[in-house]
Amino acid sequence: MKTLIIIIISSALINNVVLSQFLGLCSFLGVSTSVKTATGMGMAVIFVLTLSSLVTSIIYKAILYPKYDYLQTIVFILVIAALVQFVEMFLKNSVPTLYRALGVYLPLIATNCAVLGVALKNVTHSYNILEGTVNGFATAVGYTFAIVIMAGIREKIDTNDIDPAFKGKPIILVTSGLMAIAFFGFSGLVA
Amino acid sequence: MENQSNLERIYNGLLKENPIFVLAIGMCPTFAITTSAINGIGMGLATTVVLALSNLLISLIRKIIPDSVRVPIFLVIVASFVTIVQFLMEGFLPSLYDALGIYIPLIVVNCIILGRAEAYAYRNPPLLSLFDGIGMGLGFTFAVTWIGAVRELIGSGKIFGYQLLPLADLATGKAGYEPVAIFVMAPGAFLALSVLVAIMNTKRKKKGMAPLPIGCSPESCAACGNRSCVTRNSGSVKVENTAKAAQGGKSE
Repeated sequence: MKTLIIIIISSALINNVVLSQFLGLCSFLGVSTSVKTATGMGMAVIFVLTLSSLVTSIIYKAILYPKYDYLQTIVFILVIAALVQFVEMFLKNSVPTLYRALGVYLPLIATNCAVLGVALKNVTHSYNILEGTVNGFATAVGYTFAIVIMAGIREKIDTNDIDPAFKGKPIILVTSGLMAIAFFGFSGLVA
Repeated sequence: MENQSNLERIYNGLLKENPIFVLAIGMCPTFAITTSAINGIGMGLATTVVLALSNLLISLIRKIIPDSVRVPIFLVIVASFVTIVQFLMEGFLPSLYDALGIYIPLIVVNCIILGRAEAYAYRNPPLLSLFDGIGMGLGFTFAVTWIGAVRELIGSGKIFGYQLLPLADLATGKAGYEPVAIFVMAPGAFLALSVLVAIMNTKRKKKGMAPLPIGCSPESCAACGNRSCVTRNSGSVKVENTAKAAQGGKSE
């Protein structure tokens, strides 16, 4: 139990996937236009990342480890690409309400490097299946924190007077930098 | 003639269409690994090797790849080369391997590689594709080494590990440079890149081009076979439609 809590705190806050690992940066910058879409994106990431960590952990432990673990990158990238497609088709046909809520965000996750990043991290930290899944979930929660906070700030930025050179992408990167400094404050939480 | 156009591909990747400074694709690894100039060079050269070899192989087999499953095939080819490079690095450059860590296998999802596969290697002869890969890779290396050197200089007063600016010493009261340590940490990446993008946007404005988009740039999206662009443009177009459109475009 204690290890799980440490994994959650360290993946969601200390080593925040966007602000300190730079994974999933594209969608973080692209989708954080309003709090509503950011929340939707966050929920979709939580769903996919938890599921993909579970599936890649099982595949790694059951098939790849210890004999074929050099194939991890190749297998993971294919499994993730197929999984996201499959989730989209499954939700569309079987759970239309959930599909209506998350559907538009699913394609954005397909090429999200955070999904592959978490799968590889589970291997390098040699997490077991439960720890790996929890790590995936916690990472996605960290992503949701970051993107929702960012969206909240961006809704205010639009009305501000910004130097023309820094309008658009640069000011958002500066904001992300300041957020990253703020998230540095969590680093003392786990020894 | 052949030689000339090969050289032209290198010049194109290095300067004219530099992936970072001009096309602005593959920005994710740029944030993560530009903590020092030497990390930049290591990551850049690893990417160059993968890019050149995968471009060559994809171009060699481009006539037998079925159009509808080309992206998974590209992924397998790129992932195989990345795995080879990863093991070579682990064996021969262990310190660099430790410094770059998880970002080496993540070369697979670097937009530049899939982007060049789709935009160039899939449509052009092998030798030209090889040189296109080398050119683009060297352009990427040049860019990340530059950014790494700037961050290293501001963050620690060093370049390539050499102490360029003498440090101030509080104990002896010696005057000197006080490093801004935040620049070699995660937040510094955002700050350094924001200044870079601001400079690029100002230049683009002078040339009458639109500023860089906030998310992924559309060029890189389309090039990666990234379905998010398709969805953004027209609601919920299926992958099959995209593939069909690509096929239609090709036959025309």
